[in-house]
Amino acid sequence: MANNKMLIGFFVASESIFFVMLILAYVNFHGTVTDGPTAANSLDPLRTGIFSLFLLASSFSMWLAGRSLVSKNHFMMKIWILVTIILGVLFIYGQASEWMGLIGQNITISRNVFGTTFFTLTGFHGFHVCVGLLMLTILLGLAMFGDFKGPKSDGVECISIYWHFVDGVWIVVYSVIYLWAFF
Amino acid sequence: MSTRIPLVPENIKPLPSLKGNEGMLSWVSSVDHKQIGLMYLMSTLVFFIIGGLEALVIRIQLAQPEFDFISPEVYNQMFTMHGTTMIFFVVMPFLIGVGVYLVPLMIGARDMAFPRLNALSFWLVIFGGILLYYSFLTQSGPSEVGWFAYAPLSEKPFSLNKGPTYWALGLLAVGISSVSSGLNNIVTILTMRVKGMTMRRLPLFVWMILVTSFILIFVIPIIASAFAMMLLDRLLDATFFTPAHGGSAILWQHFFWGFGHPEVYILILPAFGIISEVIPVFSRKPIFGYSFVAGSTVAIGLLSVGVWAHHMFAVGLGNVANAYFSLASMLIAIPTGVKVLNWVATMWGGKIYFATPMLFATAFIIEFVMGGLTGVAIASAPINWVTTDTYFIVAHFHYVLFGGSLFAIFAGVYYWFPKFTGRMMSETLGKWHFWLTVVGFNMTFFIQHFLGVMGMPRRTYTYHDLPYWGSMNLLSTIGAFVLAISVIIFAWNIIWSLKHGKKAPDNPWNAWTLEWYTTSPPAVHNFDLVPPVRGRRPLWDLAHPDQLDEPNSKVV
Ligand code: HEM
Ligand SMILES: [Cu+2]
Repeated sequence: MANNKMLIGFFVASESIFFVMLILAYVNFHGTVTDGPTAANSLDPLRTGIFSLFLLASSFSMWLAGRSLVSKNHFMMKIWILVTIILGVLFIYGQASEWMGLIGQNITISRNVFGTTFFTLTGFHGFHVCVGLLMLTILLGLAMFGDFKGPKSDGVECISIYWHFVDGVWIVVYSVIYLWAFF
Repeated sequence: MSTRIPLVPENIKPLPSLKGNEGMLSWVSSVDHKQIGLMYLMSTLVFFIIGGLEALVIRIQLAQPEFDFISPEVYNQMFTMHGTTMIFFVVMPFLIGVGVYLVPLMIGARDMAFPRLNALSFWLVIFGGILLYYSFLTQSGPSEVGWFAYAPLSEKPFSLNKGPTYWALGLLAVGISSVSSGLNNIVTILTMRVKGMTMRRLPLFVWMILVTSFILIFVIPIIASAFAMMLLDRLLDATFFTPAHGGSAILWQHFFWGFGHPEVYILILPAFGIISEVIPVFSRKPIFGYSFVAGSTVAIGLLSVGVWAHHMFAVGLGNVANAYFSLASMLIAIPTGVKVLNWVATMWGGKIYFATPMLFATAFIIEFVMGGLTGVAIASAPINWVTTDTYFIVAHFHYVLFGGSLFAIFAGVYYWFPKFTGRMMSETLGKWHFWLTVVGFNMTFFIQHFLGVMGMPRRTYTYHDLPYWGSMNLLSTIGAFVLAISVIIFAWNIIWSLKHGKKAPDNPWNAWTLEWYTTSPPAVHNFDLVPPVRGRRPLWDLAHPDQLDEPNSKVV
């Protein structure tokens, strides 16, 4: 059925408007903080950049999982889904430790507009990653029990679309928050 | 895998009723689009009565100058809950619900594309309604900050009660529900049409639902994100909308109206759809300019996202912005006017039959045009500065929402009730309902144009005894009570007709769209056989094979 993929396509389109609004809120306040923490003086673009690579790589491994599905290579598909999950968890670990560090310096959501917009935007993104991880884990579990023998599966393909979307959003978020701060 | 287990098990039992063994359970657990549609309609009737009672409380308080029927706080709660209820729990879910019922029938499908998602959408509305009304049980009651919840009034130092929090949570639930129904409608309409039902043959009601669904999925996320920010402000002390801490109150206005203006089209486009079905049938003519009606809707959908700041002229956005938003808003009047002309041209020279649905549809055109005219007037920034936040605005949006959306909803109920239930509604009670509604509605709201121009602010607890203000407000209040009587008659008509209404044939109005081909009420599986679709009026083609709408069309 093409239905499921069409649904997830429009869903992702709808979700992207949600992120556009969060990003607009961030952009709106960019540069309005005159004292206190800002992106430029509290974030580490290099460290987060490295953790971002994990998320980018996970998109690649998810794509490979899809390829394995098409070629009916059930074993490799499970491996690639597992790799995707591990990479995703590493990204979330990076984000969590970054948050802990900031909160340790008393940079919180209520500190100023930078804190507000930063934590909201990255938080909603992280939440989406976690939902993705949950779905991938279910996918892996079902695959262990013998589902998804290929060459087609709406389940795998739809979750894959969602996962690429979450990854794509992060590229924009990273550019807006981290790269822009150092212009 | 080649053998798929169907997601939705086929229902083999006859349509459930409350009298059956599993009466209630069969409804609560239902994923059938017709049952879900009916549950939408029944719940919106309940919300409509609640919202109506709130309106009566407001009107009693305003019946005479310096009255103190209720406290100012309760007054604020009443207008907030009234507006929120009517928009998010009456008009929106009614139109979505009637769409859920009719779209699969009109396109010859068995159900929606995602029946369980459909059930989720419905129950989220109920959940949202419970969250919203739960705030009555909290210590200082529901939100007092109006349906647009302007910051910083809706923020912490000014609204310490829990009302706005429940308000935002409830509306967030409804928002998620709307996005899922939007998605469900789009996939259903794009992929589940019966053979021969091309996009150019789609009933106009389905076209309107399609465009509305696109607006829903792209616009609800705007307000969902704004609600999330508002909740973070209120619960975690974030500073999005609190100027005192570096936030921006104007940002809330941009976000709210970025959603809010397209929202009014969500509230009116499916209503246009109902009117576009009713008018041709009761004029015994095909709709005039089908493609103009569909095309102008697409134009409205696109334009509607670019005009939001006409709600914000009072902010002082600068001359360039004001000029742009004035002109762009007036531009929308063109595709809207096109539709009005199409409806009038359809009636022109037709054999008009004024049954209750047609009475409401005709009145719709008149009242809606009235609201459209004041809309164009207040879209001009200088006029807006004089009228904004006065009763003139209240009159404007009641003419479009009550005179528009609600009149269309009434037309739709009378039109499709026989299909929904297998019984006709009483025409006598229907005519009483209609005339009392027209009289009550205009009595309540027409006078408010004058009150507005005379400077009476909206959302005001009471007013001084200025010349004529007392009597004009009293007239408005009396009108509201006439409306209350009309609603009682309407509700009674539904209850009475369910039991004693004339048995309805499959196609009581001699209509032409597919939903009238099946039995009244439709069987669980909708159709035994869908007739061939070879034009815009399948049932006409079926009855007049020698006078096809599209003479050269082949049976597919
Ligand atoms: C011809 C098209 C229309 C134009 C140019 C127009 C213009 C406007 C303007 C400029 C305002 C802001 C008034 C103010 O607050 O100062 C307004 C308010 C409003 N309009 Fe319209 N309008 C149109 C059609 C509609 C339709 C079709 C609906 C709904 C079905 C609608 C519903 C509303 C509502 C609910 C408000 C009040 C919002 C509030 O402040 O609470 N309008 N309109
Ligand atoms: Cu507007």
